[in-house]
Amino acid sequence: MRVALFLTCVNDTLYPDTGRAVVRLLSRLGVDVDFPAGQTCCGQAHYNTGYRHEAEPLALRYAEVFAGYDAIVTPSGSCGAMVRELYPRMGERARAEGRGDTLARSLAPVVPKTYELTEFLVDVLGVTDVGAYYPHKVTYHPTCHGLRGLGLGGRPYQLLQAVKGLDLVELPGAEECCGFGGTFAVKNSDVSAAMGSDKVRSAESTGAEVLCAADNSCLMHIGGTMSRLKVGMRPVHIAEILASTEKEPLL
Amino acid sequence: MPAFPKAAHDAVNNPTLRGNLRHATHTIRDKRAAAVAELDDWAQLREAGKQIKDHTLRHLDRYLVQLEESVTAAGGTVHWAADADEANRIVADLVKATGETEVVKVKSMATQEIGLNEALEAEGIAAYETDLAELIVQLGKDRPSHILVPAIHRNRGEIRDIFAREMSEWGRAAPVGLTDNPADLADAARLHLRDKFLRAKVGVSGANFMVAETGTLVVVESEGNGRMCLTLPETLISVVGIEKVVPTWRDLEVFLQTLPRSSTAERMNPYTSMWTGTSEDDGPSDFHLVLLDNGRTDTLADEVGRQALRCIRCSACLNVCPVYERAGGHAYGSVYPGPIGAILSPQLRGTQSEVDASLPYASSLCGACYDVCPVAIDIPEVLVHLRERIAQGGPVTREGNKAVLKPAKGHAAERAAMRAARWAFGRPGALRAGQRLASRTRKLHPRTLPGPGKAWSATRDLPPVPAEPFRDWWQRTDGGKKSDGDKKTDGVRKTDGVTKDGK
Ligand code: SF4
Repeated sequence: MRVALFLTCVNDTLYPDTGRAVVRLLSRLGVDVDFPAGQTCCGQAHYNTGYRHEAEPLALRYAEVFAGYDAIVTPSGSCGAMVRELYPRMGERARAEGRGDTLARSLAPVVPKTYELTEFLVDVLGVTDVGAYYPHKVTYHPTCHGLRGLGLGGRPYQLLQAVKGLDLVELPGAEECCGFGGTFAVKNSDVSAAMGSDKVRSAESTGAEVLCAADNSCLMHIGGTMSRLKVGMRPVHIAEILASTEKEPLL
Repeated sequence: MPAFPKAAHDAVNNPTLRGNLRHATHTIRDKRAAAVAELDDWAQLREAGKQIKDHTLRHLDRYLVQLEESVTAAGGTVHWAADADEANRIVADLVKATGETEVVKVKSMATQEIGLNEALEAEGIAAYETDLAELIVQLGKDRPSHILVPAIHRNRGEIRDIFAREMSEWGRAAPVGLTDNPADLADAARLHLRDKFLRAKVGVSGANFMVAETGTLVVVESEGNGRMCLTLPETLISVVGIEKVVPTWRDLEVFLQTLPRSSTAERMNPYTSMWTGTSEDDGPSDFHLVLLDNGRTDTLADEVGRQALRCIRCSACLNVCPVYERAGGHAYGSVYPGPIGAILSPQLRGTQSEVDASLPYASSLCGACYDVCPVAIDIPEVLVHLRERIAQGGPVTREGNKAVLKPAKGHAAERAAMRAARWAFGRPGALRAGQRLASRTRKLHPRTLPGPGKAWSATRDLPPVPAEPFRDWWQRTDGGKKSDGDKKTDGVRKTDGVTKDGK
């Protein structure tokens, strides 16, 4: 199976450790991943802010770069949802605008092969115990696009529950948005900040040391709020927890 | 009305309001979830509701004509109103023709949308709201902030004060020593309203549904005040949006299940009133139906946006919306607040005003609204569609005419940034150069940002820029196969935690 890592622009630039964790985790599970260097960004921020036409060339680039792989894995629920949910819609809109089939036809092969990391582990590899070790008290925040866009459901919880030493505690109001929302965080920063601080306060109430999620953008917002509110918790991407082992623990 | 972010700012910083909203929305959202979970065919009901509405909207012209014929045959009179002014003029003239100067009203979104109370007041006609929450809003000289619970932003103490202070101005005064006990408050309202019902000769209503085959109008409500407004007066005037029509009685079956469960979490609403024209021995002897367009046919012309017309005004989307919960209904500057307001108002009114241009951005696109909507309106899809119209311009229909909108003002910098980002993302080499530059200068990066980014760093700390972007690591180590050396990417974050990392 030819598997490609789609790391996303945010992870590549700001959270390279997440990418390294995915590589480490997958190779431990016997999957050889490739990182096609032509990849950049899925275009989500453009699309969601109202710049669909600016997002189109990025979608086309995605289709070209990842054509020919059997699976494309991304450690980002929202970029995964962008590809799976919104790329087909972009193709349809282009067709409805009389611009033909090119976009739809190029996107069609890569869309169903794109998996968010926990989906790939559970559905494609069929594993829930990845042999990880992480002796910490952790709470999980299911991000909106992972939860409602991709329907990740219980997968992340199953994976976390199987981690040795990990004490998973429930997050009150888990399904509520953290308030990131891409450019929303800037355009409506008061409301976004209020949502963020409510999320951090409910995470704090669990007594967990770590808040974990499958999306670094939400973690950036939540973590930035934790830092500002001087809450003694840290945000960690689920890939980094799953990559952590007794031999090579994540500190 | 200021743009949404500015209006929301005050609400976010008002702890009483935030507390009231949080309490009310969380209570109702939990109850709704339980009421919906009781039905094992919810998904089918939702799909059926969507289909019925879509079918009706597709053939709206036909069903409206059928409705007019049925209403007329049943002894009613149908009036067509293209916009708010026309609707208000029709209603005012009808009231004046009766010689009355007072009307009682059952809660109605359509009359709020057109500002009927104010228009009547200008003609010397007093309109009394009889819905409990509407009464609170009217007496408090306030604006509604929720579709179903217009006074959701008020707590019991505030309501007691309003009743004690204002009721005597408008009719029967509140009992001396009124407490904030809900039963006492309801009692005070009942006594105050009973007076009005028994005096009124003209009633004004909206409707939740209109059945084309029989000309029947339907109001669902909880208090029974609507029933009084519909049956006691001699003249009844109903103002209803044209999208409220359904073809047959059978179609009601679906909505009479989904509406109460979605809105008040009840299995069935306490009062369902239906009236068809006039009848000899009961109810009003004169019945008028004012069919309101006011931007609806323009909305219908938009392929993506037209689904907003499926809305049955259950308000479930408001109650689950995290943005509504913090910003409150007033921030939306429209009688339709929350997620549905954010897509409906800019379509009905156009996107020209500052507030209308800001509404499609009043969402984090979390999707909770789409999940709960009983007619499956994909609100996030329409939000993004309207953002596109605002940011990039595009085709619209206004007053029946096709036009091409220019991009809204104030988006030039954003547009340039989006283009620049797309340019860089179109060239991995350029992206990489940018990343390297950021890494190399990481020690110099400020913890606060200038320009629009300031809004971010006012309340959140930025993550530190790593020493090396992933793609460089990948190349240097051949995808992790070669030894890593000791080059840490952003080890600080992991060992110290974000909390201690901020400078
Ligand atoms: S959009 Fe849907 S959920 Fe919101 S009020 Fe309308 S019908 Fe209810």
